[in-house]
Amino acid sequence: MSVIAPSVPRTPSALSGNTALVSWKAPIALAIFTALGILLLVVFARDGISTMRLSTSTDLLQLPEVELPTRATGIVVTLILALITGWSSWLVRSSKKTPIWLISVFAFLFLVGFLAWASAGNTIPVPGLLFGSLSLAVPLIFGALGGVISERVGVVNVAIEGQLLAGAFTSALVASLTGSAIAGLFAAMAAGVLVSFVLAAFSIKYFVDQVIVGVVLNVLVTGFTGFLFSQLLAPNADRLNQPPRFDRIDIPLLSEIPVIGPVFFRQTLIVYIMYVAVAAVYYGIFHTKWGLRLRAVGEHPQAADTVGINVAATRFWNVSLAGAIAGLGGAYFTLGSVGAFGKEMTAGAGFIALAAVIFGRWDPIRATLAALLFGFASNLQNVLSIIGSPVPSEFMLMLPYLVTIFAVAGLVGKSRGPAASGKPYIKS
Amino acid sequence: MSDSQTPAPSTPAAGTPDSATRGSAPHTPEQSRWHSVFREITTGSALISVLAVLLALVVGAVMIAFTNKDVQAASGYFFSRPADTVSAIWQAVSGAYSALFQGSIYNFRRPDFADGIKPLTETLTFATPLIAAGLGVALGFRVGLFNIGGRGQMLIAAAIGGWVAFAVDLPYGIHLVAALVAGILGGALWGGLVGLLKARTGAHEVITTIMLNYVAFYLVSYLLRDGFLKTPGSNNPQSPATQPTAIFPDLLGPNYNLHFGFVLVIGATVFTWWLLSRSNIGFQFRAVGENPNAARVAGISVQRMYVYAMLFSGGLVGLAGINQVLGTTTSGFGAGIDSGIGFDAITVALLGRSKPWGVFAAGILFGAFKAGGFSMQAAEGVPIDIVLVVQSLIVLFIAAPPLVRTIFRLPTPGALPRRQRPIITKEAAAK
Repeated sequence: MSVIAPSVPRTPSALSGNTALVSWKAPIALAIFTALGILLLVVFARDGISTMRLSTSTDLLQLPEVELPTRATGIVVTLILALITGWSSWLVRSSKKTPIWLISVFAFLFLVGFLAWASAGNTIPVPGLLFGSLSLAVPLIFGALGGVISERVGVVNVAIEGQLLAGAFTSALVASLTGSAIAGLFAAMAAGVLVSFVLAAFSIKYFVDQVIVGVVLNVLVTGFTGFLFSQLLAPNADRLNQPPRFDRIDIPLLSEIPVIGPVFFRQTLIVYIMYVAVAAVYYGIFHTKWGLRLRAVGEHPQAADTVGINVAATRFWNVSLAGAIAGLGGAYFTLGSVGAFGKEMTAGAGFIALAAVIFGRWDPIRATLAALLFGFASNLQNVLSIIGSPVPSEFMLMLPYLVTIFAVAGLVGKSRGPAASGKPYIKS
Repeated sequence: MSDSQTPAPSTPAAGTPDSATRGSAPHTPEQSRWHSVFREITTGSALISVLAVLLALVVGAVMIAFTNKDVQAASGYFFSRPADTVSAIWQAVSGAYSALFQGSIYNFRRPDFADGIKPLTETLTFATPLIAAGLGVALGFRVGLFNIGGRGQMLIAAAIGGWVAFAVDLPYGIHLVAALVAGILGGALWGGLVGLLKARTGAHEVITTIMLNYVAFYLVSYLLRDGFLKTPGSNNPQSPATQPTAIFPDLLGPNYNLHFGFVLVIGATVFTWWLLSRSNIGFQFRAVGENPNAARVAGISVQRMYVYAMLFSGGLVGLAGINQVLGTTTSGFGAGIDSGIGFDAITVALLGRSKPWGVFAAGILFGAFKAGGFSMQAAEGVPIDIVLVVQSLIVLFIAAPPLVRTIFRLPTPGALPRRQRPIITKEAAAK
């Protein structure tokens, strides 16, 4: 079977253009960011000392605060950025690809320079910044994992928003009624599966266009939860909409690692489930029989059918699994952070998760990283608005989305999903 | 989400999926005329649409009944007096739906026709931006592009057109046209940017439209707070009022809210119909939408079509945005001027099956739900969210004709009616 199922769908195809194999996109994107760096960090440089606090007050190992002279840091960073850009252009001229680690270094340096610039004369709490980023990213990651599974098996999942919202609503309701957050977690999964059932039934049994079903399901869940919220939850808030929240669990030892420990290992149960889920989905999709079948059905359902895989059933149950995972992300909105359910509380997170799926090229790890990037960018604005940044807050809020557009246009480029994603399989 | 997906064109008209699935439908012999008319009615898409609306309303009724206080009270003693429960359900559902009807079509409580018909004009007013934005989304669907960026395009259109409408002094008439054109151009540019990104770099339009929604929202928020859209001497993030020279004239006098925008939208519908089904570029649009690879082989520049399609799509959505500023909210706008129309437009386009006149009809239906939903909320206390549920169910049911047919036990098109088969063969043989 491994002969039949194509395992790597993303070979650069001849369709994408008749130009040379190596594209100039990466150096151009880097040059744009370098120019931005020169403008911001050198031309509009600010004076002062930027302080980065690396430890929280409860850490065992206290790291000293890093103090950076703002103007000098800006100039040094810009120089390195220019060097990297030059190197990348040289690599492309000699027909080599710009390695991903170089781009990562570039991004990290740009970020340091920007943080130093924005926080001139102030202190940035780095663990707080990262902790908040992870918190904002958790529902996005669950949603993106659901999206990856569903699209890998061949069903476009635009309904992530609906699955998140259904999960948030149901978990709040059930956890309030039972007084148990764990019960709420299971209820959220059930709710996500229910939404998935509708998606799967309409797209697999009735061959309705999957994007249509997804969009409509989002509206349906928004209306349904909004209606029940106004009619039931809001009038009886103390009985139906006061779920218990998960407590933070410190993992011994790991939580004492400087910088990383407080960020990753002093989290709630849902976040730990998220770590397991990311690893499991990655391993499952690429290293198990289940994953092979899943990808086969998503890439070439006819071939999968020929070797005896039941395409409709595989799709149905995997889309349901995707709904369960996305539902967990919904539970994070209520049981993990806010507590009570609010109308339309997911506020477009499902669409950001969808963007993370495409940004991450249908790969669970990359989609997770994309979701983390979104979370980081959103939280950066929160932190900077507290310390008072020179940029109007609207532009800071805009930044993550602008970065995404640049990244998608400059670095990711034309992304190809699983070949049969979005197409109903009609057995003849 | 594969790149070659074409949401709308692959949505077959009602009835075809079955015949497609069956592959070789049995050859239908000629039938008597009345019989074929009857079968056309029972299997046609018109009946499916009506039944879909009916089904959705039934589900809505169940939700209203379940959450109604009187019904809950009466069901407590259901077994001793079941009639009470039934009558409470009837009261709740009929009250809600008659409020919906009277808020959207004709109000019977008013003495004369001029007042009674006012809800219908409200419906058309609500429908105006829905149709315009729906046309934009539908046009994108026909080219295989999924434009979720209605919000951003509407906001930019409202910002640019709105600025012309309140800050520039021009004579009556010219001012209106200038603001209108500025708004449409604003939407077209914001949409065209997406097309350009897709054509040049291959960036997926779903990502870029979503991202540009947020960019536009924060940009307009900033401009309203501290930029050229700010009202001088006010701390509210709201623009100054539209100048009277740029406001759409009322169609039916000052007593009604219906304005010139509705006429424009009819024009836009005709234009889109002409563009898609009569013009050269529309042919290329549809060719790209059906199969981009085949279109490329046929010599059509797919990339250029993406840019053009997003320009037109954004422009139509921009019409919805500028319509709000020049017609509906003329007292100055905030960053919420789009009021979710950009997303509603997707459902409108889906319900209209991405065909211009279909979108027109779907827009009016959704406008009626919007107008009626508000009066239903005010009169009966039923949350307006129920309208969302009913709307989305309508689209779901219409998209799945086999489901509706199963529920109502209608005959499947392409399949022969079982009982009459012998008679028909005889007729055929006689000929």
